[in-house]
Amino acid sequence: MEIFDLTIHELHEKLKAKEVSSVEATRAMLDRIEAVDGQVNAYITVTPEQALVEAEAADKRIAAGDIAPLTGIPVGLKDIFITKGIRTTCGSRILENFVPPYDGTAVAKLKEQGAVIVGKLNQDEFAMGSSNESSYFGPVKNPWNLECTPGGSSGGSAAAIAARTATATLGTDTGGSIRQPASHCSCVGLKPTYGRVSRYGVIAYASSLDQVGPLTRDVTDAALLLGAVAGHDPKDSTSVNTPVPDYVAGLATGVKGLKIGLPKQYFIEGLDPDVKRAMDEAIALYKSLGAEMREVSLPHTEYAVATYYLIATAEASSNLARYDGVRFGHRAEDARGLKEMFAKTRAEGFGSEVKRRIMLGTYALSSGYYDAYYVKAQKVRTLIMQDFLNAFNEVDVLLTPIAPTPPFKIGEKLADPLQMYLSDIFTIPVNLAGTCGISIPAGFSAAGLPIGLQLIGKPFGEATILSTAYAFEKETQWHLKKAPL
Amino acid sequence: MKYQVVIGLEVHTQLTTNTKIFCGCSTRFGAEPNSQTCPVCLGFPGALPVLNKQVVENAIRAGLATNCSITQRNVFARKNYFYPDLPKGYQISQFDLPICQHGHLDIEVDGETKRIGITRIHMEEDAGKLVHADIPGVDDSCVDLNRACTPLLEIVSEPDMRSPDEAIAYLKKLHQIVMYLGICDGNLEEGSFRCDANVSLMPVGSTVFGTRAELKNINSFKFIKQAIEYEIERQAEILDDGGKVIQETRLFDPNTGTTRSMRGKEEAHDYRYFPDPDLVPVLIPDQWIEDVRATLPELPEAKRARYVAELGLPEYDAEVLVSSRELAQYYEETVARFPQAKTVSNWVMGEVSRALNEDNNRSITDCPVTPALLADMLKLMEKGTISGKIAKTVFDEMYKTGKAPEKIVEEKGLVQVSDTGAIEAMVDEVLNNNPAQVEQYRGGKETVFGFFVGQVMRASKGKANPAVVNELLLKKLKG
Ligand SMILES: [Zn+2]
Repeated sequence: MEIFDLTIHELHEKLKAKEVSSVEATRAMLDRIEAVDGQVNAYITVTPEQALVEAEAADKRIAAGDIAPLTGIPVGLKDIFITKGIRTTCGSRILENFVPPYDGTAVAKLKEQGAVIVGKLNQDEFAMGSSNESSYFGPVKNPWNLECTPGGSSGGSAAAIAARTATATLGTDTGGSIRQPASHCSCVGLKPTYGRVSRYGVIAYASSLDQVGPLTRDVTDAALLLGAVAGHDPKDSTSVNTPVPDYVAGLATGVKGLKIGLPKQYFIEGLDPDVKRAMDEAIALYKSLGAEMREVSLPHTEYAVATYYLIATAEASSNLARYDGVRFGHRAEDARGLKEMFAKTRAEGFGSEVKRRIMLGTYALSSGYYDAYYVKAQKVRTLIMQDFLNAFNEVDVLLTPIAPTPPFKIGEKLADPLQMYLSDIFTIPVNLAGTCGISIPAGFSAAGLPIGLQLIGKPFGEATILSTAYAFEKETQWHLKKAPL
Repeated sequence: MKYQVVIGLEVHTQLTTNTKIFCGCSTRFGAEPNSQTCPVCLGFPGALPVLNKQVVENAIRAGLATNCSITQRNVFARKNYFYPDLPKGYQISQFDLPICQHGHLDIEVDGETKRIGITRIHMEEDAGKLVHADIPGVDDSCVDLNRACTPLLEIVSEPDMRSPDEAIAYLKKLHQIVMYLGICDGNLEEGSFRCDANVSLMPVGSTVFGTRAELKNINSFKFIKQAIEYEIERQAEILDDGGKVIQETRLFDPNTGTTRSMRGKEEAHDYRYFPDPDLVPVLIPDQWIEDVRATLPELPEAKRARYVAELGLPEYDAEVLVSSRELAQYYEETVARFPQAKTVSNWVMGEVSRALNEDNNRSITDCPVTPALLADMLKLMEKGTISGKIAKTVFDEMYKTGKAPEKIVEEKGLVQVSDTGAIEAMVDEVLNNNPAQVEQYRGGKETVFGFFVGQVMRASKGKANPAVVNELLLKKLKG
């Protein structure tokens, strides 16, 4: 097995036993990127020099007997994470040459552990998209089928796992942006409870929905990586001050007696037959492991997509106002006067999906429409949260599909944004409710494309969905399959 | 036609916290441009605001001091607009639920007390500053973001004022209160205390307000008065000519004493306020409010009343002494050491103020004559060691050198001569040298008496005890 095929915990063992050095692992990863990323386009920026320096430092640390779970592990970061001294584009032309002066909290925590950052990963521009086609740096190709999208917006983060060009990656999830690409690329993607991981140093798309999470090869790695970045941060007042459990230690809890809810609104007519089959098999497996299945209802599900697009775009329209050409990033050159400079800078810097959402959000917040759209959406959001809390009075975990279909072809839904928006229908409610969800590999379609399965937990119930996912992973081989690259 | 002016004021007070409202940067004025900035106040991608608790505390103080009710669940909102000195493209402020509401202040104009309503006080961050470069060939503007994200309280009055004098009285009162509370340094020139005035006219007797103009960012009491006066004239002329005042924002030009249009209402922004999702609501429990209330200083109004009632000072003295917290404190510290309220008042309002004025308007807080020194000097006077006249010399010397009054008296030999023998000799000499005047006095011209006193004092180089001089002179002349 090649070094780049290893999981975090496997590579950790080898580093600890000094069978491999971090420099070797990092070189192997950089070579792999060199070899295959041309086909996948998962990376916007690769940082070989810096990575090797960090790897050497990690090796020294290991030699001194100081090794943490992530010490010396080559990781990739969605280009939404602010990295000191490393260009951070957020997939946008407006930040094409932006080199931040600081590290965000999640990145700082990885560095503290001695993780090696090999590069910054492609994504939908400002995390707006479900297919990674809105990146200024070109679409990411799905390693399982280069004609297909890897999903979005953390498409680069998921594709890098599938292409084995990073041992693990971090992404962000606003409406499914970790779980949906994880599903499309057959890796594990976890969206933690809102407030579990600091958002400081993560470029905001929709502040009340965004959350940082891991994308990994298996559930153990997801537990490890989440543990490394979770916790209260005084720099983010929305981060929650509750203890971080040892997620890895709790993995083998098993599912005997666990009550798993099947929300009837998620198993509807029109679900792709391959997806349906994968869900049925998963349900049967969980039953055989001693879990108890119950149908539950999340009655406001049908309003989730509309609610999401009002709240997310409203916040985005405001969050993206800072990209005005005054202090950093792209500035239009031949503008006369201030207003023209603002307008031209933004017209040139933002792509069409971002502009569409800024306009939507500006409209939703404008006077005369605020109550009808934004305020109403917030009320519906409360109802959706309540749906989940009610369901969790009956069951421990919810099991649902991640996406209505397996990965689609690049360009297939570009002309129809509404159709594209509906592809997040099963993931969005989790963000609106602020709770946690995980996507794990659960099979393949007839065409050989990955299908993921979602487990949704109570607020701060990450340990439960991880152990539930782990029980499934132990009994299946899906996560071991490698994309043909 | 006769018009009634209607004035409402919005005051921005910059709070004297050490750090900014949403980050740890310093709020010091006058530093190198952009030297007091960080990713948060620069509005860099990924940076998040974290509320400075001190700001909330100061807001509660302001609210309690102006008789407001305190809102216990506070939400910050974003006010969205584009401007180069606004790094995030929005200002974090409070919108529909300000921290303080429904307060009032009583002002006094021409001996009459009037109550001015305070609509609201809210917390917000300041914007940066545009600096228009004065470099030949360069027509770019520069942005200094040191001020960005410094904490402000916006204090909005009801449109209750009916004359420029009322407006100024209200402003001065508010200024005094924020200074007393220690939450604002009150520096108008540096923009720590700045005022927007909404001015409109309506026919006398009407109850319907006219269209108002908003006068922006005026930085002295004098200019505010001028700006309002000009606005009254301008609007009256328009109305007299049958025209309509348009609602607009106007700038005051101190050079011409006039206002000019800055932007009209048609350019008014839709700020698209909505709750800031990066900040959690601030909850203020009763206990917090009570804790703050317990630390409120005695405010000027209460202080003035106490000076009159307890210390027996005249209204005028009390008013002057409480005009600033520091002056009142100086006064009180001196009285604590030398409990003759009126004597101390005379000295503080007299010599102390004069000396400070002459010394480039030096602040009372760094007056070289400390309350302790002043009290010591007054004690010497009381004991008769020095005369009132010598005291002024001693005071000037203390001001110059900071030396103790006893020391000055000793070094300069300023001790008052009360020794009857020595004074008697001088009196005799004066009477002997001026027989004509003695004749006049004895002939009934008693005004000459002052001449003899002067002569004796001159002979003693001012050191003779005037009481003793008077007594001996009378005795000798009558005798
Ligand atoms: Zn700062």
